[in-house]
Amino acid sequence: MSYLQKWRDEGDASDIQALVDGLPFAKFLGIQIDQKGSEITTILPFRDDLVGNVNLPAIHGGAIGSFLEITSVIQLLNDTNLVRIPLTIDLSVDYLRSGRPVDTYGRAIVTRQGRRVASVRAEIWQEEKAKPIAAAHGQYLLAPT
Amino acid sequence: MNMFEDKMEEHLPPMAKAIGMSMVEVRDRSCIVCVPYAEHLVGDPDTGVLHGGVITTALDNASGWAIREHEDWLDGLSMATLDIRIDYMRPAEPHQDLLIQAKCFKLGQNVAFVRAFAHQGNHDDPIATSIAAFMLGIPNIQGKNL
Repeated sequence: MSYLQKWRDEGDASDIQALVDGLPFAKFLGIQIDQKGSEITTILPFRDDLVGNVNLPAIHGGAIGSFLEITSVIQLLNDTNLVRIPLTIDLSVDYLRSGRPVDTYGRAIVTRQGRRVASVRAEIWQEEKAKPIAAAHGQYLLAPT
Repeated sequence: MNMFEDKMEEHLPPMAKAIGMSMVEVRDRSCIVCVPYAEHLVGDPDTGVLHGGVITTALDNASGWAIREHEDWLDGLSMATLDIRIDYMRPAEPHQDLLIQAKCFKLGQNVAFVRAFAHQGNHDDPIATSIAAFMLGIPNIQGKNL
């Protein structure tokens, strides 16, 4: 039985935090979930080893890209009944502001969900939601074999 | 410590250390880096494949390093990723090292352009490719957010 199937069958399928904690790299990044009904906000608590530029300091572009991708996939898993983790086909990230050494928040929206592919947009911000520090859109292959 | 190790240590940011990344080779306008397989980098517990974010981090970091190997690079300049587009061709094979090759194709006054690709030993079977643009600036002046 797949990890997702088990989570859906045995756990409380609305407990997104439990799902994230079972994904090694998401757990390593320390991603937290704030869930209010169908609305999910992901949180990337600041930690020293997420830094990419020690002089500013600024969060690494890779940590930002990872957080955007995870935010997208979590929203997709919440909106669907997938039993396998989707495969990222492509991801495009725009870095809008430097990621300061504070907590970062994320939201994603599934803009199109087809039978094989879903398209997801995500945005992340720090103090002000109206001032995103990065945005991404990606295509995800559903039910990979 | 030789100059190569010195240089590598100097430019290895905490996030790159956290994923276990190291520089293998630097050449004219390009570099090769390695990310050894590790359990905490896994994206799918069913298959054990690396998370896309690990590949993103390695591609982004290697791309930045390639810019530093351009002959027109000036030590003291700063850089910040402006955007990166990644195509994932296939999942990375578990328990195998990930290798990234990056090359800086253009170092302009304000912007540098870099292409990179990730593979596991066979160039004809890539894991992912990326194209990124980096903003260049005068570095780290107190109070100036470049």
